[in-house]
Amino acid sequence: MDAFYIIMTGTLFSIACSLLGCFLILRKLAMMGDAISHAVLPGIVIAFLLTGSRDSFTMLLGAGSLGIFTSFMIEFFQSRAKLQSDAAIGVSFTSLFAIGIILISIFAGQVDLDQECVLYGEIAYIPLDLWVTESGKIMGPRALYIAIFIVLLVLIFLFLFYKNLHITSFDASFAASIGISVGIWHYLLMGMVSLTTVAAFDSVGAILVVALFVVPPATAYLLSRKLKSMLILSAFISAVNSTIGYFIAGALNASIAGAMVMCAGVLFMLAFLFSPTEGLIVKKYFRRRPVQIH
Amino acid sequence: METLRQFFSFSDPSIVAVVLGSILISGSSAVVGCFSFLKKKALVGDAVAHSVLPGICLAFLLAGEKNPVIILAGAFATGWISLVLVDYISANSKIKEDTAIALILSVFFGIGILLLTHIQQSGNAAQSGLQSFLFGKAAALVGKDLIVFSIVAVSLLLMVILFFKELKIISFDESYARSLGLPVTGLNLFLNAMTVMAVVTGIQAVGVVLMAALLITPAAAARFWTDNLFIMCLIAGLMGALSGWVGSFVSFIAPQMPTGPWIVIVVSIIALISFFLAPGKGILSKHLSLQKMRAGILEENLLKELYHIQDRSGGEKGLATRELLISQRAFPRKFLDSALRKLQNKNMLERQNGHLELTDTGMMLAKRIVKLHRLWELYLSTYLRIAPDHVHEDAETIEHIITPELEARLEKLLDYPEKDPHDSKIPY
Repeated sequence: MDAFYIIMTGTLFSIACSLLGCFLILRKLAMMGDAISHAVLPGIVIAFLLTGSRDSFTMLLGAGSLGIFTSFMIEFFQSRAKLQSDAAIGVSFTSLFAIGIILISIFAGQVDLDQECVLYGEIAYIPLDLWVTESGKIMGPRALYIAIFIVLLVLIFLFLFYKNLHITSFDASFAASIGISVGIWHYLLMGMVSLTTVAAFDSVGAILVVALFVVPPATAYLLSRKLKSMLILSAFISAVNSTIGYFIAGALNASIAGAMVMCAGVLFMLAFLFSPTEGLIVKKYFRRRPVQIH
Repeated sequence: METLRQFFSFSDPSIVAVVLGSILISGSSAVVGCFSFLKKKALVGDAVAHSVLPGICLAFLLAGEKNPVIILAGAFATGWISLVLVDYISANSKIKEDTAIALILSVFFGIGILLLTHIQQSGNAAQSGLQSFLFGKAAALVGKDLIVFSIVAVSLLLMVILFFKELKIISFDESYARSLGLPVTGLNLFLNAMTVMAVVTGIQAVGVVLMAALLITPAAAARFWTDNLFIMCLIAGLMGALSGWVGSFVSFIAPQMPTGPWIVIVVSIIALISFFLAPGKGILSKHLSLQKMRAGILEENLLKELYHIQDRSGGEKGLATRELLISQRAFPRKFLDSALRKLQNKNMLERQNGHLELTDTGMMLAKRIVKLHRLWELYLSTYLRIAPDHVHEDAETIEHIITPELEARLEKLLDYPEKDPHDSKIPY
């Protein structure tokens, strides 16, 4: 049963991440996702100090809002100080992450967070933290319910606003010309990314969550030509990664999240080499050459 | 006070190792970071920092012990491979560079974590200490580390000095470098190697995540103070060294404080100060010069409007009032009164019971603006063949910008014309 809980939670979190990740890579915001996943750390620590627990809505919202703050900060440096975008991202997330680590050291006794957990989380402990109702009924791991909630939230977000996200991702100036605010959708997407990061933080940590955001969508991107098929494919790839990763980790007696990410990396490599339309091998050896007209 | 004396006396060799180690590593990374910053590849350092982890673990697994040379070699190898892969993926598929960086960074780190946890579970006693590559151990640097750090830092600085000209050219203009016959690919590899070297040593001080800050932040801050690359490297190096010094001091007075994050906090504060306060490029300075320009334009527009009022009435003075001005043109009421006061102070305007009148100096300046406006309209319609009803808007902006030199050339080119395309007289 533990295996089922862990695979299920991992799958749900990575489906939520990869669905949002598709939009991140189409909007060339992959490193923005990286930045947000690091920058929510001080938010998590502060929210933890204020509420005293790690699984609450206050936590989710408090820490999530820091993610939006980060994207405002990056935007501010870019537009007002005319700082180039990669440097703006680098300066913002490292400083916020440093604040987070310092807060952890100051309140070491009060915060149940250690540095290792921050970097790579520990999904194996999920079955230990059970949700018990007031009548004493055991409902299963708490993280699983958070994962279900996040996946539903992401799905609702995508179903309701698919058209707007689609248009603003592919053609921002057209979107602006028909009256869709590019800025609002940017920040809404960033908000969803932050929420998902905070929710998945315990399980996979700040850095490996980036892999969940970026790697399955990048793989799907090489295998599909339509946004809808890219979304479905990346969700499917996420599920495969989580399942195979769990068993690899068991065999090696090592971190499950790490194994999930490695598996994602291998799948990406396969797609990079053998994708029927984009694959390197296919492009090199099997592409029909244009007929030469003499 | 006693702690201060203890810190600055350098009597304790362990303090010396920590302080000098932090200063050397932060300073030399900052100098190398300047070049990747200018090549707009600042985040590449972040990718390398995460990608050295699998190399460290593989080296440990192969050697079976913590041999520093083998471990550094392993770290260097995977750090290097990650850079090659980022370039290869973004060059050979439709995947963009930022996605490639995030992808390589997280996958390599994931594999590193997989190996690291595998090693930890294996119960090999020699493995303790591999953790320090994740989080840094600046506060625990010892004499042996200091020797390695000094060698790396000095050789990085030497290489930058020796190849300064070549690095400068490839940072700004690769195609120009190629046309000069410089080995651009080789130089890029060389710069990559320096970055990897800085990262491999630096993460031992500040850890995987914060290493990027040592490369990027001082360079970004230094860019705000100068346009000269040599001075920029110098400033960045000093900022890095200063934050290394202050960071190690903080963790000296408060031992539970981690050194690495404090180094990053200090350098980020320096960067924030630079972003806001640096003369010329800083946010504050830009804001002020924008406001000054707006105020200047408003004053010139007021003078021009006063001239028009006087001109229309056939030279009769004292007709203009504040209300008349507002009715003629949508002047921002908020700034109108202060602009009028400033004109009075500059002795360009006189105010008598509500009536506004240009003084001689004011009249001269007003005439010049009107002249520039009309000259430009004439220039556009004569030389660019733009219809006379389309030239006003353009002239409205350029009249505030034209320099006396350009003014003289316009006058000469148009041969001191009498009238503009709308048949209005050009005042001289």
